[in-house]
Amino acid sequence: MNVLEFTAVVAIVSFVAGLLGSLTGLGGGVVLVPLLTIFFHVDIRYAIGASLVSVIATSSGAAASYVKEGFSNIRIGMFLEIATTFGALLGAFLATRIPTSALAIIFGAVLLYSAYVSRKPRTLAERSLPPDPLATRLRLNGSFPDLEGRRTYNVQRVPTGFSLMFGAGALSGLLGIGSGAVKVLAMDQAMRIPFKVSTTTSNFMIGVTAAASAGVYLSRGYVDPGLSMPVMLGVLAGSLLGSRILVKAETKSLRLVFSLVILVLGLQMLYNGFWGKI
Amino acid sequence: MPAAQAPARQPHPFTPQPWRDRRIEIILGNLLRIGVLVSAAVVLLGASIYLSRHAHERADYHIFRGEPSEYRTIRGVIQSVVSGRGQGIIQLGLLLLIATPIARVAFSVAGFAIERDRLYVAFTLLVLAILLYSFLGSGIGL
Repeated sequence: MNVLEFTAVVAIVSFVAGLLGSLTGLGGGVVLVPLLTIFFHVDIRYAIGASLVSVIATSSGAAASYVKEGFSNIRIGMFLEIATTFGALLGAFLATRIPTSALAIIFGAVLLYSAYVSRKPRTLAERSLPPDPLATRLRLNGSFPDLEGRRTYNVQRVPTGFSLMFGAGALSGLLGIGSGAVKVLAMDQAMRIPFKVSTTTSNFMIGVTAAASAGVYLSRGYVDPGLSMPVMLGVLAGSLLGSRILVKAETKSLRLVFSLVILVLGLQMLYNGFWGKI
Repeated sequence: MPAAQAPARQPHPFTPQPWRDRRIEIILGNLLRIGVLVSAAVVLLGASIYLSRHAHERADYHIFRGEPSEYRTIRGVIQSVVSGRGQGIIQLGLLLLIATPIARVAFSVAGFAIERDRLYVAFTLLVLAILLYSFLGSGIGL
């Protein structure tokens, strides 16, 4: 393929990944790295660099519309960003030192886990949990608009959530993804933050987390302008379109299809990693 | 159980002023959007120059070589922008993109300072320090 063809095809694939990622809420970055490495034979380090850049673009591009809805909690976000940015630094540090086949195996495992999480029925957060002393001292409890006015919530198990967020940041820095699946685990399951608050807050954290490792990647020569350009523009356009069109009826089947894609890509990454093809 | 009833009724020990929080958040959200749009425009400009010159070369990313220093440091990127290289302009757009969330955190420090929330000024400064360490300490500034 020449540069023009390559740019056009990668831009279209990134657009579709961004669109599906935003419609299903699973994020586009997680499928881009395997697609680029498996089908376009891009070295996984270049793919990670390009994906990381696109993650910043989608997170920051969508932030303005999320903020207006009034769900995100900037204190939860900023507090947990201490953990994710430290983790991202560690992840980026490790990424330059471990073999690419190990990267592929870890990536495969994360994909399988993401596919599993996306199929699991969501546990409904209990309506009123007693306030946790640490969460109260950190001013993490908040409220969000609900059908019956504003609903307050009390954040639980702060240390567990904080440690999980460190792990999410490390994976983000290591693999160039938003690691939404681990963030959901930390915020929904451990900290019992209501769904809408955790997804919107996590979205706004993703860009900051990715920025913490992007500098390391850029300085190490992982961010190629010719590859990152179609990936970033494609994913950004796709996710902006995705956040505007609401196909609520279709979301369920879309999620099923998308999580099957994630599952297949995960198996493929594991296979390639174990057989040393990446 | 009175304990289960309490949280919904009792005012929080610290009540963030929602209108102020929201206003700061909306300003920050718009800042992010502008940053992304500006960097996307710069990347597009670079893309048009890059594609007009290199369209028929072979695209090969199979072997990792690492980028040359002109695309790895701020100084190198600026030099290649000055000499009108498409890839340099794309890389400038990507640098602006990376700087956008960092700017957002920097403005959040001011937001929390206006609210006199010392704890969160400290937290935000810590996040900002990590980001600046990563951005400038990784050798990018050389």
